[in-house]
Amino acid sequence: MNDTTLEARLSAADYKSDYKPIWCPGCGDYTVLSSLTKALAMIQRPPHEVAVVSGIGCSSRIPAYTTCYGFHGVHGRALAAGTGLKVARPDLTVVVTGGDGDGYSIGGNHFMHACRRNVDMTYIVMDNHVYGMTKGQASPTTEPDWDNKLAPGGTGIRAFHPLVIALASGANFIGRGFSGDPNGTAAIIAQAIRHPGFSFVEILSPCVTFRPEQKGWKEIVRAAPVEPTDDPALAARRIMTDDGFNIGVLYAGHRNPYPARVGSAARSVADLEREFEL
Amino acid sequence: MPLSPLSTPVAEPPVAARAAVARTFSVAIAGSGGAGVMTAGTLLLDAAARAGLYGLMVRTSGPQIRGGEAAALLRLGPQPVATLDDRFDLLLAIDWQNLHRFADEIPLGAASLLVGDSDAGEAPEALRRSGATLHALALKKTAKACGGAWVNMIALGLAGALAGLPVAALEAALRASWKRSAESLAPNLAALQQGVAMALGLPDERPAPLLPRTDAPAGRWLLSGNEAAGCGALRGGVRFVAAYPITPATELLEWMAPALTQVGGTLLQAEDELASVNMIIGASYGGVPSLTATAGPGLALMTEGIGLAVAAEVPIVVVDVMRGGPSTGIPAKSEQSDLSFAVDGLHGDAPRLVLAPNSIADCLAATEWAVQLAEALQAPAVVLSDQFMGQSRAVIDRPAHPGVPARRLTAPAATAADAPAYQRYLDTPSGISPMAVPGTPGTVYTADGLEHSERGIPSSQAADHRKQLDKRQRKLDRHDYGARWADVEGDADLAVITFGSTTAAVREAVARAALQGVPLRLLSLRLLAPLRIEALTDALRGVRQVLVVEQNHGGQLLRYLRSRADLPGRASGLHRPGPLPLRPGELCAAFVDWAAAHAPQEANS
Repeated sequence: MNDTTLEARLSAADYKSDYKPIWCPGCGDYTVLSSLTKALAMIQRPPHEVAVVSGIGCSSRIPAYTTCYGFHGVHGRALAAGTGLKVARPDLTVVVTGGDGDGYSIGGNHFMHACRRNVDMTYIVMDNHVYGMTKGQASPTTEPDWDNKLAPGGTGIRAFHPLVIALASGANFIGRGFSGDPNGTAAIIAQAIRHPGFSFVEILSPCVTFRPEQKGWKEIVRAAPVEPTDDPALAARRIMTDDGFNIGVLYAGHRNPYPARVGSAARSVADLEREFEL
Repeated sequence: MPLSPLSTPVAEPPVAARAAVARTFSVAIAGSGGAGVMTAGTLLLDAAARAGLYGLMVRTSGPQIRGGEAAALLRLGPQPVATLDDRFDLLLAIDWQNLHRFADEIPLGAASLLVGDSDAGEAPEALRRSGATLHALALKKTAKACGGAWVNMIALGLAGALAGLPVAALEAALRASWKRSAESLAPNLAALQQGVAMALGLPDERPAPLLPRTDAPAGRWLLSGNEAAGCGALRGGVRFVAAYPITPATELLEWMAPALTQVGGTLLQAEDELASVNMIIGASYGGVPSLTATAGPGLALMTEGIGLAVAAEVPIVVVDVMRGGPSTGIPAKSEQSDLSFAVDGLHGDAPRLVLAPNSIADCLAATEWAVQLAEALQAPAVVLSDQFMGQSRAVIDRPAHPGVPARRLTAPAATAADAPAYQRYLDTPSGISPMAVPGTPGTVYTADGLEHSERGIPSSQAADHRKQLDKRQRKLDRHDYGARWADVEGDADLAVITFGSTTAAVREAVARAALQGVPLRLLSLRLLAPLRIEALTDALRGVRQVLVVEQNHGGQLLRYLRSRADLPGRASGLHRPGPLPLRPGELCAAFVDWAAAHAPQEANS
């Protein structure tokens, strides 16, 4: 079987494993999983040449639900693990996944530096503005007045704006998807994977259990009424002034990806050791 | 039995002991920033090597980022030198600024020489009260008179001649290092000659010089412990490093950065230690042997990652170049106080490898071994080096064996339609299960820090948890570590146990004690975890009493050994925190006292 015929056969189903997700019925993450597998089918990279890396949280369970190589690490460090993997193995397609708590709170520093470093990989954040796995606490993207047991009456802290941070930190591709639009989201993810450098896709993915009001997002989201731009200043103005519900590719830049200075093995270790000889 | 916080004066060992423990020459070159004391020390070490000798150079400095007082502490001799002596034969001060701060680190005695600049004022009282013979010489003026040469070249000539090094060796060292114009070399060569002349002009009452060797083994190396550890990592097969700068580990990383690119690898500077450890876990999951280097504060941040490497069975190596702790502690000075944390500092039941090199040469061998063990056992390995070895340079014999690449048991491709489902965490008799490398068809799996089934699926079931805990413990326990778990020397019925850089001082103290009729058995533990309890018991067969020696405040090795093994007799400890090194003379005196207190009953009656 040659590669061409193999590739021709790959469909979204080929990227979906048999494991039953732990997610609640109606969770937005089901359709994100479906969008991811559709996107991989568009790319047509065999599943064993793709690695899906995650941290901890509801959405971070996604690697095992694919037929790709998976890495389910510790809370907040998915981007670091993905960076090491991609730099050491540039031949693989690396997709890092997770939620808003994992990526913007405990992993916030890694998020900023991953954007800045611009390693050629894709970061998908399923943002539901809540910690679901620990049963309903405020995340960095939660509205300040959202009442919860850990912060009665709300945190009183304004929400974090991940797209603005990503742009300011140097992400080379920024898109926003909505789990209620699996085909549109798949197209954004496929574009993100194809785009060189660090691509960031924020996907609004409702938590029907702890934020049931998010079911109403489907009434609010809209296609961004603009074409993607490669102008960071224009992108910044758009991202900062939209209400967080514009869907689409919002920025596609031209920064050169992180140059992994993987050498050519021109010298042996024994060669190097000569510098120590008297 | 804690040592006093400062080294107390001890009696000179008998002449016989000094002779048998080869005569060495200890010199400290000190001065304020810009005086070039480190350059002078480096050239002195190089010149000693050219004269067929061995040597060790330890750097010490004040807290300033640049400038400030600094001292190069050297010990030269006809045999490999791995520790400083109790006393310096010579302290050569280019100026006296803040030098009193080094009084504890540069102990002098009545037989020592204290040489300073005649225009630099009074020598500090803290140094003069040592009883050392003070000579004030026109160091700076003489350098100036040599056509604007550097004063540290006067120091090089002076110290080199007093140590017994031939002028030709000193000149050769200077020429070899010279990177400026040929015209500027001449006055500095002249200054070196002037320094030699000053030494020869001193009164005869001075420490005995060394004799150059013409029979030194060929192909000796000159390197630091940090460079040695980096080299060992490459020999072991490491091709990916991610790290965050930290004193005193940074030089290891700075050596590896260009070296890796030349052998087909790469080094990545991470945003913090949380990132660096997870980056190497990601790279190693990708099949590339990976390492990071840090110090105590970084190791603290890395523990969650090390635990992940245990649970997900991803081989990684973390070199911890230990410094004074806790917290930020004493960043640029040595201490062996991360041991408890390295062997026990993870949540959950988390078997891991902990190794400790016991010399600069062993920084290479032990780090290489750590990579091999991590790869073979699919587990994290922590290498406990320390500032004393890491930032010191030594002349060593060429490391014996060639590098053997690390070997990891990998899973073959499984493309046949009837191939059984790949089980990443299969519960094998050895505990080691083949690890699929991403890109291999038919063996996809998800590596997981969640407890999991053999297939790698998250599981909270008791049976799966028990099975995987047993597997991860068994693979470390059942491995054949051979004889390298410890250096065991002698067969006396009193044993001294130590680890890491303290070993060299203990070894020398044991040799000196033997010459005083006090035989001791020495155990230096290289593999600290998993502790080889059976091998330790064997090595201690016939031993009546054990003394555990280490450089920390709490007696961490003593407590660790007591908690894991049945030591003979009443094990006691001898420990002192950094930054002062444990010195062979004070240890010898302590050993002799300890042995007398534990003399056999019949001898007491």
